[in-house]
Amino acid sequence: MSKPRLATIWLDGCSGCHMSLLDMDERLLEITERVDIVYGALVDIKEFPKDVDVTLVEGAISSEDDLRKIHEVRRNTRILVSLGDCAVTSNVPGMRNQIGPAAILERAYLENVTINPQLPGPMVPRLLAMSRPVHAVVKVDVFVPGCPPSADLIHSVLDDLISGRVPVTAGVTCFG
Amino acid sequence: MSVLTLTIEGRDVAGQTGHTILQVARENGIEIPTLCHLQGLSDVGACRLCVVEVEGQRKLLPACVTAIDEGMNVTVNSERLAAYRRRVIELLFTERNHVCSVCVADRNCRLQDLAVELGLTHFDLPLLSPQASVDATHERFGIDHNRCVLCTRCVRVCDEIEGAHTWDVMGRGTEARLITDLGTPWGDSKTCTSCGKCVQVCPTGALFEKGRSVAEARRRRPYLPYLVVHEGRTR
Repeated sequence: MSKPRLATIWLDGCSGCHMSLLDMDERLLEITERVDIVYGALVDIKEFPKDVDVTLVEGAISSEDDLRKIHEVRRNTRILVSLGDCAVTSNVPGMRNQIGPAAILERAYLENVTINPQLPGPMVPRLLAMSRPVHAVVKVDVFVPGCPPSADLIHSVLDDLISGRVPVTAGVTCFG
Repeated sequence: MSVLTLTIEGRDVAGQTGHTILQVARENGIEIPTLCHLQGLSDVGACRLCVVEVEGQRKLLPACVTAIDEGMNVTVNSERLAAYRRRVIELLFTERNHVCSVCVADRNCRLQDLAVELGLTHFDLPLLSPQASVDATHERFGIDHNRCVLCTRCVRVCDEIEGAHTWDVMGRGTEARLITDLGTPWGDSKTCTSCGKCVQVCPTGALFEKGRSVAEARRRRPYLPYLVVHEGRTR
């Protein structure tokens, strides 16, 4: 039997959830023995592959690029995991929702800049009107709140998924 | 004062006339989740988290403001109640901007605890992301309306214990906001005695001491000796 295919993706988050994933120390070796890591911030593969068993999604859906990627992830993933508060609630990226992208860009790229103030050009993905949780855009199978979720929790979720069990996160991890 | 007998969660219990379902349940070690309730203050049934089923009643009743009655049969835990309670917490989270990871009350918040206790892992309802302000005009304290759940603990402690009645609620529904005096900035309040009781009883990060950063809020309830802490709970 072939190993389960695991992917991770980093959308609008701070990478803290990926750091927490790495924080499981030597258990990483045990996990990597049991899965094929086929895509992610830690793997040098450019295109999201097909037939992925489990994808861990870090970050909210904030830009046109995030939106394109999450649909591609969903199309090719059997079990999609919202990892961390940004993916689950939009968290810190969502704090701009009451202000709007135009005012945010103006503040960050023009008002507070002394050298060559300019708005991002066409090379930078455009911000969506709202930063939204992953499940507001595509179906999510497992929710793992936390900012970040602890390494122990990520390990137990991965262990469950690799073993074919449904992870239970209710009552074991809090927002924040 | 006469003694009434009733059944809570299948157990025969007794209480005195005028006592509430919540009071009698807790006296008998039966837990009902609460948020706006704080022992020592009057009860107002603002949060609706303590709803219970009473046999013969079609509607759910808030345990904190429902008096016991002879022969009453009360159900505290059921699938239906759990679903309503989760929805209450979800409504509170989505109505304002609760961002636990950057909140002064992170790890010290009744709302955050309740999400775990009731098994909430995400929100099905859309976030309203309202425009909510912060009033930092008071010398020592601030109020962040983004985090307020309108439990009115602050209103009650200010009125009933301090006797100042600086706090009140203005507006209705999602527009409802806590106000000081007649809607003037807190720092300009003529009635506020700066006692800080409101900050001590706030269950979330809405009321805070200035100078405290993320996760640095500490509720010092012994500071309020007339408020009984329920089974060691300090939130």
